[in-house]
Amino acid sequence: MEAEPFIVLSAILFTIGGVGVLTRRNAIVVFMCVELMLNACNLALVTFARVHGNLDGQVAAFFVMVVAAAEVVVGLAIIMTIFRTRRSASVDDASLLKY
Amino acid sequence: MTAFWILAPIMVLAALGILVVRKAVHAALLLAVVMVSLAILYLVQDAPFLFAVQIIVYTGAILMLFLFVVMLVGVDASDSLVETIRGQRALALVIGLLFGVTVVIGIAQVSVGAIAGMDTANADGNVQGLAELLFTSYVFAFEATSALLITAAVGAMVLAHRERLVPKPSQTDLAKKRMRDYAEHGRHPGPLPNPGVYARHNAVDTPALLPDGTPAESSVSRVLSARGTVKTAPEVADDVVALVERDNHSTAGARPTRAASPASSDDTDGEEVR
Repeated sequence: MEAEPFIVLSAILFTIGGVGVLTRRNAIVVFMCVELMLNACNLALVTFARVHGNLDGQVAAFFVMVVAAAEVVVGLAIIMTIFRTRRSASVDDASLLKY
Repeated sequence: MTAFWILAPIMVLAALGILVVRKAVHAALLLAVVMVSLAILYLVQDAPFLFAVQIIVYTGAILMLFLFVVMLVGVDASDSLVETIRGQRALALVIGLLFGVTVVIGIAQVSVGAIAGMDTANADGNVQGLAELLFTSYVFAFEATSALLITAAVGAMVLAHRERLVPKPSQTDLAKKRMRDYAEHGRHPGPLPNPGVYARHNAVDTPALLPDGTPAESSVSRVLSARGTVKTAPEVADDVVALVERDNHSTAGARPTRAASPASSDDTDGEEVR
């Protein structure tokens, strides 16, 4: 079982996630795209762990998951707070610092 | 490898779907597809612990959190199509495509060499091996993780907590307010009217009719009128008239015997609606 297809899939998913972050306007969907990018990185880490034959890559993927969980909790709480004050979940509407 | 070739197209399609679907709920469900498929790919690559964690933490916890927030923020809070920076969407697509092509070509030119496989690393079991690494070489990172998690939990609680600025109105206050509204603005102090119940429509989205024939706006839920799904009484009446006419047309030639009876019964419906 070769490793390159896994890495290519990981790169494709990462790219799709990045394009999603840049193009979508709903803050929740932007967050989902960030999660997609993190997941793509995890796939690459697990694949490289298999290539090298040790478990360090899997430990790294595990840490990425932990950090992603913490990030989602705080991020969604921020989105909720912004929605409560500005009645909108669009990233364009949070532009008070601009003026 | 079979699992990979089956799952990879599904994952790419689902990920592309996240880019184009309008509703956040659909994006969350497509993300769930990607995450469960990723979990299976972990299992294929001899990472059973990560397979379980991926399903429990990502699909079970994080996606449910996403769905909760989507429900709180409003299911119909879809993307606005207005571009604040002109040409940003097209530019982002072009740059993303360039990036993707560059990375894929770069990877295609690199050879990862002989694959060692996980047989020796997983000899004592995957979970045991991971635990040994976590609690020896990565023990400081592990400790830092615990600090990160407790900070995130406290941060989320602080951010989501809403300070009460005014005291909560008691039942006495509410009753007094109702009577004051009645005295000052003539607002009815009793319960709101029921939605309309007609021969063909007895749903909550049809307003009741006042004696003079105008719809009672307060008889339907505020949420339904905000979504714009409320049927108006004249609309319902037109609906009936159109139905009667269609019935007359379709059955006039073929089955003339049936044309009379539905028309007459629908006429009474229309009568009632008006």
